[in-house]
Amino acid sequence: MKTRLILEDNSVWEGESFGRQVSTAGEVVFTTAMIGYVEALTDPSYKGQILVFTYPLIGNYGVVDRRFFQSDKIQVSGVIVTQVCLSPSHWQSQKSLDLWLKENNVPGLQGIDTRALTQKLRNKGTMLGKIQNNDEEISFYDPNKENLIPKVSLKKPKDFQSGGEKRVCLIDCGHKRSILNCLLDRNLSVKIVPWNYDPFGRFDFDGMVVSNGPGDPKMAVKTVKIVKQAMEKKLPVLGICLGSQIISLAAGAQTYKLKFGHRSLNQPVKDVQSGRCFITSQNHGFAIDPGSLPSGFKQWFFNLNDQTCEGVISDDGKVAGVQFHPEGSPGPTDTSWVFDEFVKLL
Amino acid sequence: MILPEKVLILGSGALKIGQAGEFDYSGSQAIKALKEEKIKTVLVNPNIATIQTSKGFADQVYFLPINPYFVEKIIEKERPDGILLNFGGQTALNCGLSLAQKGIFEKYDLKVLGTQIEAIQKTESRKLFAASLRKVGLNIPRSFSAGNIEEALLSGEKIGYPVVCRAGFSLGGQGSSVVKNKSQLKKVAKRALALSPEILIEECLYGWKEIEYEVMRDCRDNCITVCNMENFDPMGIHTGESIVVSPSQTLTNNEYFLLREMAIKAIRFFKIVGECNIQFALHPQTGEYRIIEVNARLSRSSALASKVTGYPLAFIAAKLSLGFTLDELKNSVTKTTGAFFEPALDYLAVKIPRWDFEKFGLPYQTITTEMQSVGEVMAIGRTFPEVLQKAVRMLNQGHEGIIDGFDLNKNQLQSIIRTANSKRIFQIAASLLKGVSAQKIAHLTKIDYWFIAEIKKITDFYLTLQQKLSQGDSLSTQGVSLKEILKEAKRFGFSDAQLAKIFKTTRRKIGSLRIKFGIIPVVKQIDTLAAEYPAETNYLYLTYHGIKEDLNFRNKKQIMVLASGPYCIGSSVEFDWCAVNTVATLRKNKNKTILVNCNPETVSTDYDITDKLYFEELSLERVLDICRKEKPLGVILSVGGQIPNNLALSLAREKIRILGTRADDIDKAEDRQKFSALLGKLSIDQPVWQQLSSSSKAIDFAQQIEFPVIARPSYVLSGKSMIVIYSKEELVHYLNILQKQDIKIVISKFIQNAKEIEADLVAKKGEIILCAISEHIENAGVHSGDASIVFPPQKLYIETIRRIKDACKLIAKALNINGPANIQFLAKDNQIKVIECNLRASRTFPFISKMCDKNFIEMATLIMLKKKVEVKNQILDLDYVGVKVPQFSFSRLHEVDPILRVEMASTGEAACLGEDVEEAYLKALIATDQQLPQTSVLISLGGEENKLKFLEEARILFGKGLKIYATHHTGDFLTKNGIRTEKLFKIYEKQKPNIADFLAERKIDLVINITDPDFVSQKLLNDDYQIRRSTVDFGVPLFTNLQAAKLFVQAFFLKKQDDLKVNSYADYFKKM
Repeated sequence: MKTRLILEDNSVWEGESFGRQVSTAGEVVFTTAMIGYVEALTDPSYKGQILVFTYPLIGNYGVVDRRFFQSDKIQVSGVIVTQVCLSPSHWQSQKSLDLWLKENNVPGLQGIDTRALTQKLRNKGTMLGKIQNNDEEISFYDPNKENLIPKVSLKKPKDFQSGGEKRVCLIDCGHKRSILNCLLDRNLSVKIVPWNYDPFGRFDFDGMVVSNGPGDPKMAVKTVKIVKQAMEKKLPVLGICLGSQIISLAAGAQTYKLKFGHRSLNQPVKDVQSGRCFITSQNHGFAIDPGSLPSGFKQWFFNLNDQTCEGVISDDGKVAGVQFHPEGSPGPTDTSWVFDEFVKLL
Repeated sequence: MILPEKVLILGSGALKIGQAGEFDYSGSQAIKALKEEKIKTVLVNPNIATIQTSKGFADQVYFLPINPYFVEKIIEKERPDGILLNFGGQTALNCGLSLAQKGIFEKYDLKVLGTQIEAIQKTESRKLFAASLRKVGLNIPRSFSAGNIEEALLSGEKIGYPVVCRAGFSLGGQGSSVVKNKSQLKKVAKRALALSPEILIEECLYGWKEIEYEVMRDCRDNCITVCNMENFDPMGIHTGESIVVSPSQTLTNNEYFLLREMAIKAIRFFKIVGECNIQFALHPQTGEYRIIEVNARLSRSSALASKVTGYPLAFIAAKLSLGFTLDELKNSVTKTTGAFFEPALDYLAVKIPRWDFEKFGLPYQTITTEMQSVGEVMAIGRTFPEVLQKAVRMLNQGHEGIIDGFDLNKNQLQSIIRTANSKRIFQIAASLLKGVSAQKIAHLTKIDYWFIAEIKKITDFYLTLQQKLSQGDSLSTQGVSLKEILKEAKRFGFSDAQLAKIFKTTRRKIGSLRIKFGIIPVVKQIDTLAAEYPAETNYLYLTYHGIKEDLNFRNKKQIMVLASGPYCIGSSVEFDWCAVNTVATLRKNKNKTILVNCNPETVSTDYDITDKLYFEELSLERVLDICRKEKPLGVILSVGGQIPNNLALSLAREKIRILGTRADDIDKAEDRQKFSALLGKLSIDQPVWQQLSSSSKAIDFAQQIEFPVIARPSYVLSGKSMIVIYSKEELVHYLNILQKQDIKIVISKFIQNAKEIEADLVAKKGEIILCAISEHIENAGVHSGDASIVFPPQKLYIETIRRIKDACKLIAKALNINGPANIQFLAKDNQIKVIECNLRASRTFPFISKMCDKNFIEMATLIMLKKKVEVKNQILDLDYVGVKVPQFSFSRLHEVDPILRVEMASTGEAACLGEDVEEAYLKALIATDQQLPQTSVLISLGGEENKLKFLEEARILFGKGLKIYATHHTGDFLTKNGIRTEKLFKIYEKQKPNIADFLAERKIDLVINITDPDFVSQKLLNDDYQIRRSTVDFGVPLFTNLQAAKLFVQAFFLKKQDDLKVNSYADYFKKM
């Protein structure tokens, strides 16, 4: 069954359908991660996006159990690969990637030269695209034109006890489950609240974590306001990915859209102060403009490949944000010490 | 950062099983890295065929043994202030450890660069290794070290059988094996203890997944893992013996990053600065892991990882050793990003080892925890079936794909695949064709189901195709469906030749049909970042899983060089040297170059040596694919050994321009009949020969020309048995074996007591420009690759040399030689006969070039480029002598008889220079691990003639105060001649005192075992075989050739170790 990807530059990429045979539209982005597709596909930051894997063989170990999911379901709008594995092999595998996409009503497209597609996205920048099945005509959809956060944020606050005394308020802009796990593992109790929920005066907490999430940070006006309050109250705040962009906006800095973003597990960053280097997991299309940081804030990390800002920190160290994912999942955990540093502040 | 001024680099010496060309790659990269910092470099490496010992690399080169004695002398002379121990394999590392133990580094105030001695000791001693890692909470296999048999057995009980028995400090897992019970352990432990004072008894992890990580760390503790690799074969098979895929295919994110985290923990713990390789076992049902090995040096795997990813591991490791940090260094592929990153691949690579068991008359052999393979290939592509089928073709063993042979029944197949063996991949395909389920195969082999399921895609496709064909579809059925079939077939990695067989047509027909349909592979770049950043990379492969070319093929002024393909017995690093020098010469003369090779152990596959590197098959189909895209001005196929040379005629037929000697002329030398006729016309003598089609004719002919004769099949496929035959009975036996395969046989007269002589030459349009003549120490009957070669010749008559030159001139003219060539001669009583002629560079080219200080390859390349060259006369009066000796790896090839014969068996070579042949020979022997005897020698001489001829040498050994042991008849003879001997019983005689015990107890330092060629009954051969085999198994030096043994004794008599001069290569030329 021929299925096509149509990009906004009118190029057509023919392949074969897998997963659910439905049509979809979104922003086409690529990841160079060679593994971790279960974690990636369930990452809410991918909301509204069609994800292209540059590694040609995806699905080899099937779909491992739910504890590796980053949210309850597949978040991407579509999946594009060179070859999907229909006979996966792993002791933890529950089902094939194909079946999982079907269950989640997500279309997949295989038989695509994903290197060529990636080169196009790299040269021309991220593009809108649509996967069309059965000659069905659908329109393009630009997820960056709307606020995606409400679509992935939870509706009501939720408590997670770890037995520890310290409590953290995790603002959910579409959090990855492993961020929550990293906090719980450090003996913190966590209250997750919706992206627009003002926690002040409603419950006590020792620090705030602003999660990752999809889309343009400037859409998260309400979250920015909440973070501003936390900063005024001198609370320790840690922002991750979109969270770090929100912190920067709250501090008065600016953000901008990258040409094609960083989506991979091998992004090298350098700590400006210590000079130490780390390999990090990343998934973001927007970035902080370090030149716009107000006094009292400085760049914490920068990217060794393209010198973009990878983290900000306040002079007193209480407010910090990292553009990468210290929780890994997928990806390396070399920077998990960022959580430890945060715990020390509480 | 204070950089050292002068650094000593230890090489790895002669190539042997477990330590091959990968160290030429790592050493030459290290030298490049140091040179870039303007540091003076001194290199010790007796492997004369390497790139690293060539001009333009190290400032000083010592062709001397890599042992503490010589290295200390070099340190004393050169006074370097830094030393690199991690770039010359286990040989360099072990030498470094001994030097440290002796306090040499303190004595000469020499700084060990990179990983420190303490760390090396911790990773190398299993005991320290285990204790250290346990301390930081890393999981390692349960294990106990043992210093004697009793301790070993006790450990076996504690862990529970099966267990693994390993020797510490060993190469490529030598002396390590899985043992199932106490009595087996007893036997194995005895052998292991003979090789190493400390052995290890370990938990058996058979069936676990085997995963490797290549990790780098700089002095500021920044760490990266450059790549990971998954073994297709489960634990229980040495990683050098396994099919390996990179990146890992069956690991989840969780497993991948858990192991990565542990790898980084380990490298940090050991404080390694530079590169290290960490091997893990991963339980396939629980995800538990064990660290099984940490190699604190560049290794075979790191060379492979470099080629897989394009990350120049050795180069960066050398820079880190100097104190640079990863973020300061550039990514040499993208040139825009840094060296602190982890490559992302958008392709996969598969490595398959190459074994040469057929060479020794063994069909396929069990593979184990010990290494036996002699080389490897790597294939790159975008699906597993595509890559796997590519890789088996690259082996150059006649396989067109994984569906090849083993037409056995289901039960037979299920039984043979249970045990890992050198042909298992083909047996698995055969099993699938016979309907054995993938699950069943995974269960029987412990190979992950994923791999088997991928292979099943190939066999399923094949079956469907067969079915279609049987229903009447064929090539004549034009149209869409055939196009689709061919397209799919190519995506599954089928070659045109393989498809031709299926469709019962010719390769050419399939090829042209495919092109008509527009089914052509696309070129993709290896750019380390999966297209995330633009890269001007020239590192390329071809795939059918793509629609867009990464290149635009605008450059038309390119010359293509075909390199060697996999290393095997008979083709090794010397051809890499030739290919690299060809490319260098082309570039120096402003030509753009394209190099094709598929061997990850080479320097020629470093993308910085050529303008374009295709990591691809050296098959006709693939070379044509590339030629059609790149349209090179010409192809050079005379510098990569026999694989490219064999393509001459078929490439010419496809109208590809071949630079150098014309294809027709190459064919005239290759085709036995044509060449023989040519020699006849030129009145150049050759041994009588005939090609015969029946046994009776063969026997008649042999009797007519009189035994001994040389017999061989008329076409030689991966070195099928060529032997000297002394009697009718032997010939009958030989013919019986061959007849089963229904092949023609060639019988030629074997001339005894003849000298063998090589002429390496470079000619221009039939006129000789350079010619170097060298002589073999051993008489004819020993393969030229196994012979010790002396240059300039010391024992040839001027008359003989003149006749050889004349013959060379005539042949060069007649064949219009226009490039490199090698002609082999026999000489007896000033009469010469031609025995072989190859119109390509030979094994001896690097040796000869370095000895004459004239680069034969450079000259040949200039000629191919039609550049003006001067006629140079050969140089015979040198003030020094060079001897090149073979390196054998018999200790690893368990059943093989370690005797010299007409079939080649050596895996490498070393060459040393001296003021006379004795000095050079002795140095070269030491360089190939032949220790000089200290106290005792065992002499066993077959036949009267050998006894008489060796008498003088036996006297010398006796006179030197050595204790002489001898077998029965030899003992009688020597005693009669006044040489006191102690008689030992032969092994089969099972009486004491017995040779076997004396060898085991290390009471014998050297064995001289010369068999009687006129009287080789099978029984005697077996008796002597046992002596030779045990000698090799216990690591005792062995001579089986009379001339070599005699020269050795003479040299040993004349020279003490102190007499062996420590001169650099340049020192010899200064004197002239």
